[in-house]
Amino acid sequence: MELFATYVLGPLGEMADNPAGVVETVIGGLGNGFLYALVAIGFVIIFKSSGVFNFAQGAMVFFAALNFAGLLELGLPWYLAGPLALGAMFLFAVLVERVALRPLVGQSQLTLFMATIGISFLLQGFGEAIWGGNPHLLKVGLPEDSLFAIDYAWGQALGLDIIIQQSDLLAIATGLVMVGGLFLFFQFSRVGRALRAVADDHAAAMSVGIPLQHMWIAVWALSGLAAFVAATIWGTKIQIEPTMINLALKALPVLILGGLTSIPGAVIGGCIIGISELLFETYWGQPLFGGATTEWFAYLLTVPVLLIRPQGLFGERLIERV
Amino acid sequence: MAPAEAAPLSERASRARQVGEVLLAVDNITLRFGGVAALTNISFDIRQGEIRAIIGPNGAGKSSMLNVINGFYHPQEGRITYQGKTRARMRPHEAAKRGIGRTFQNIALFKGMTTLDNIMTGRVLKMHAGFLAQVVYLGRAKQEELAHRAAVERIIDFLEIQAIRNQPVGKLPYGLQKRVELGRALATEPTLLLLDEPMAGMNLEEKEDMCRFILDANEEFGTTIALIEHDMGVVMDISDRVVVLDYGRKLADGSPDVVRGDPAVIDAYLGVSHD
Repeated sequence: MELFATYVLGPLGEMADNPAGVVETVIGGLGNGFLYALVAIGFVIIFKSSGVFNFAQGAMVFFAALNFAGLLELGLPWYLAGPLALGAMFLFAVLVERVALRPLVGQSQLTLFMATIGISFLLQGFGEAIWGGNPHLLKVGLPEDSLFAIDYAWGQALGLDIIIQQSDLLAIATGLVMVGGLFLFFQFSRVGRALRAVADDHAAAMSVGIPLQHMWIAVWALSGLAAFVAATIWGTKIQIEPTMINLALKALPVLILGGLTSIPGAVIGGCIIGISELLFETYWGQPLFGGATTEWFAYLLTVPVLLIRPQGLFGERLIERV
Repeated sequence: MAPAEAAPLSERASRARQVGEVLLAVDNITLRFGGVAALTNISFDIRQGEIRAIIGPNGAGKSSMLNVINGFYHPQEGRITYQGKTRARMRPHEAAKRGIGRTFQNIALFKGMTTLDNIMTGRVLKMHAGFLAQVVYLGRAKQEELAHRAAVERIIDFLEIQAIRNQPVGKLPYGLQKRVELGRALATEPTLLLLDEPMAGMNLEEKEDMCRFILDANEEFGTTIALIEHDMGVVMDISDRVVVLDYGRKLADGSPDVVRGDPAVIDAYLGVSHD
């Protein structure tokens, strides 16, 4: 009974006492969640169309951020440094296809997965060799101040006495634009249709004239774009250093939750994990467990998902013949 | 009504006149997988407008031959001449670009997509509008999309699959999947269509339908067809010329009547008595 009071009634009572705090926490969680989702989307794009589980996605975010920050430190304005850093991701996509994927065509998925682990280390090492191993700052002038909602007409109208991080709003808006854009791309464009075909059946796609190798480049470039966008927004929140790669691995529980093949799933999975881990941290973790629960909470959340619905909330059920 | 049944002889005679120049010639093709020779020194040609059958017992190298023609396999020796251009190997998407379409022995459809979308992928090579124009769906992109839709609708009518146009193909019965796959290949408007066992596993009625579609495609669209088939009745009925493979070697080549009477072919199919 005492336990129940401490671990259930206490936190819930606190939430009820201060609903504005809950709203703040949820918005903050959404902001984090969309960042996880942006990384997860990069995974999904590649996995969906080639069956390759790209372990290097986190390193790609780090690499993009490092290039961007490094070029800014050289004194380039953001409107030059940004496209150059993005261009580096496209170049990277071409190299991955040429050097890693093409020689490994027809190898097992495990082999390709191992190759992406290699790519991950290579990216981190190469990036640090160029720009040095010190933490970098990525300041491109994106808004990072806090908003006091009550200072605005809409805040007063809604009676919201809360503080919102602009970077959270930015992450949410960017994530939504990204998902919308990708949806239109996959659904309506010629390349998008070709990519869906490649995802379904390689030989058949080739037989109607879809050049497989160009498609690999396209998917890696797309996920490079997702990594670049994630890196840019992430840069407003944290320093650019290798631990970023571990943070990006948060995309894994997001994928398990949302399903490996669904872009909307990645976003919803990201939101669920972002919100729940921050609520847990704020109301249970800090007062009761000494904090830092966001490190492991997301992974804990995946255990019941794996037990009950291993393909994730939106993933395709894979039936393997025994 | 199946023309194949109705008047096979006059059918063949009328088509024989349309048969023209050599469209594709394979020359001394040898294909090995490690130490195993799948094809040895194969030469034959396919003429414009004809229906060319490739037959042979299991493992004779028939599918390998098609895979060489559209570039899935690269032969170690030999040359392929297509539309007057000679090369050592084809590449799949280039083959498609130059008008070689195909279907597969084990149906290879995009299972998550509908019938309509599957056939629409056959138009991918023919679409040119840029991504932004397509997304906002304006002007040229809209016209283009409509034109492609119209082409796809014609194929759907042609193959009589209106009823299943919006169904995901993964759930369709086998015979219909084969038909959708033919539709996707036809949507690329192929000059040369390679059919790998288009009638395998079908019942008599489905086979007759498929024969009719193949003959109609050949006559109405002028598509040259190379097909692999095991049903000898079908082969003899619809094809102009037959090439016979056995253990990766060419055994015979000629009109159905000639091939049917060839002792080597009979031996290959029925076995040779060694007494």
